[in-house]
Amino acid sequence: MCCSERCSKMNRFSRLFALLAMAVLAGCGKPEFSDAEKKTIASLALSALPPLKADTTNRFADVPAAAALGATLFFDAGMSGDGKVSCSTCHKIDRQFQDDLPRAVGVGRTNRRTMPLAGVAHDAWFFWDGRRDSLWAQALAPLENPLEQAGNRAAYAHYIKARFGERYERIFGPLPDLSNVPANASPLGGDAEKAAWNAMSGAQAEDVNRVFANIGKAIAAFERSIAPPQTRFDRFAAALDTGIQAPQGDDALSPEEILGLKLFIGKANCVTCHNGPRFTDGGFHNTGVPSVANLPPDRGRIDAVRQVEADPFNCFGAFRDGDAGACGELRFMVKAGPELVRAYKTPSLRGAATRAPYMHAGQFSSLEEVVAHYSKAPASVEGLSEIQPLQLSDRERAALVTFLKTLAE
Amino acid sequence: MASLWRYVLAGVGLAALLAGVLAAVYVTAPQAPRPAGYEMAGSEIARSKETANGLFVASFEPERGVIRQGELQSWLLTLKTNAGTPVEGAAISISGGMPQHRHGLPTSPHATDYLGDGRYRIGGVKFTMSGLWQLHFAISAAAGSDTVVFNVLL
Ligand code: HEC
Ligand code: HEC
Repeated sequence: MCCSERCSKMNRFSRLFALLAMAVLAGCGKPEFSDAEKKTIASLALSALPPLKADTTNRFADVPAAAALGATLFFDAGMSGDGKVSCSTCHKIDRQFQDDLPRAVGVGRTNRRTMPLAGVAHDAWFFWDGRRDSLWAQALAPLENPLEQAGNRAAYAHYIKARFGERYERIFGPLPDLSNVPANASPLGGDAEKAAWNAMSGAQAEDVNRVFANIGKAIAAFERSIAPPQTRFDRFAAALDTGIQAPQGDDALSPEEILGLKLFIGKANCVTCHNGPRFTDGGFHNTGVPSVANLPPDRGRIDAVRQVEADPFNCFGAFRDGDAGACGELRFMVKAGPELVRAYKTPSLRGAATRAPYMHAGQFSSLEEVVAHYSKAPASVEGLSEIQPLQLSDRERAALVTFLKTLAE
Repeated sequence: MASLWRYVLAGVGLAALLAGVLAAVYVTAPQAPRPAGYEMAGSEIARSKETANGLFVASFEPERGVIRQGELQSWLLTLKTNAGTPVEGAAISISGGMPQHRHGLPTSPHATDYLGDGRYRIGGVKFTMSGLWQLHFAISAAAGSDTVVFNVLL
């Protein structure tokens, strides 16, 4: 009697012991993040992305009819000099709005990699070197770039009037009288277009510029709707954030992915620049990415400063809506300094794993090459690289790549 | 009675085992990455201090009270003499960056308004990443020229 009682107690006891041991062991294998790491992970989750701020420089930014017209123009090859190229030639809707090429091809061959557009409306500067200061001013550049859409603003104004006159007027008000405006004219075009532009009256030039700016504002309104999608990393981060239990099943990350994440936010320092829910600080950095043989010298941000200051469609220009209070970025822009040489805008890493090649001129064809570059940190061809050598092991480099893939699944 | 002792003993043993395992986990756990500049003494991130040559007492704080990473913000630089008199008409130039990351400031902040009482609004301050930032102020006023460095830890 006594024995059987005691024995059953012992039994229960050993069962309890086994349970405890199991819990401890399971605890060891579970992802363990420090509070600081948890905080950083939460700051990278898509749920931390603030709602898009209003763009007071474009009063049509959130007008649905403007966005709809913008979408039409974005996909319309009629918006080009040769009738064959649209924004979507390079920014392909089913390819994260990029083209998988090392350097974009429009009417001609460009020297830069097409940038993806998800979440782009959160930025302050546009292009790899930030030579435009608003989404609507940016859209005007490819339209007249001879290597991209190779058109001219007078031709675009005529085209809008002929094709989309009614839609345009419902949004922006009456179109100007274009009957005496030459078919082709622009201050940026070839000699004939420049001559035609210079022969126009000031009022005519202003009218054409106004239509041109409104084209940019409609396209920008459309681009504001392009948002980055949820990824496996975001589901993991959300589960981790609830803190009730470790992320399970599909939301869990493998030990290798977790190692990669820890490196990304720790020893490898990636998060110093690729931070926040879009994995970018929106700033410009020289990371020692090599130049491409046979391309003209590319000096990055340092050469963009003059260009954005000279742009008549910048925030200080006559085509901005609202007051100049919105022009802080331009007003407080860094205009000089050695750190601007070969500095490029930090790209978002969301979706990067499925859109090789990488960097401003497609210098690297795989994430393995990218991570090897960061590990070695070669000197920059010009200026000073901010990257310090990391001496990552093979396993660590592979883990970083594996982690980056969770941002594209 | 004997059986009770046995339970107590087993309990103590189990607790010791648990403590041992936990200690091992703790000791072998990777160090949490510390924010750069973590080791700095509290006084070095002070928002108010004497300038390098003791000409002024300067204080520097965000105009709206909180620092928001990645946003342009105005800060207030308040300049007083040691006797507490507000410093008026000062010329202020600002530079800085992240000493540990070899880069300067992402914007070029400057004094935009004099608000009276020795207070200067510094517009265009933006911190794009967490870590230690430094802002160097060169201040020129009737009393002379002096400098001060403020550390901001995000
Ligand atoms: C010939 C291909 C091509 C065409 C056509 C084209 N783009 Fe681009 N886009 C690029 C390239 C290349 C870049 C980067 C260029 C650079 O940095 O110099 C870019 C950059 C951008 C950016 C900046 C993204 C960022 O993160 O800064 C936006 C926005 C954009 N394009 C929108 C458009 C719109 C709108 C159109 C149509 C009006 C358009 N693009 C037409 C290739 C193209
Ligand atoms: C000093 C800031 C900085 C740090 C630190 C940094 N990056 Fe970058 N990253 C950039 C910039 C700037 C670019 C674009 C450079 C260029 O095109 O010349 C870039 C580009 C990339 C790209 C290419 C994305 C694309 O769309 O082309 C990947 C991938 C990337 N970084 C991953 C990482 C990883 C992984 C780490 C950590 C090992 C890291 N970065 C650390 C600033 C940084």
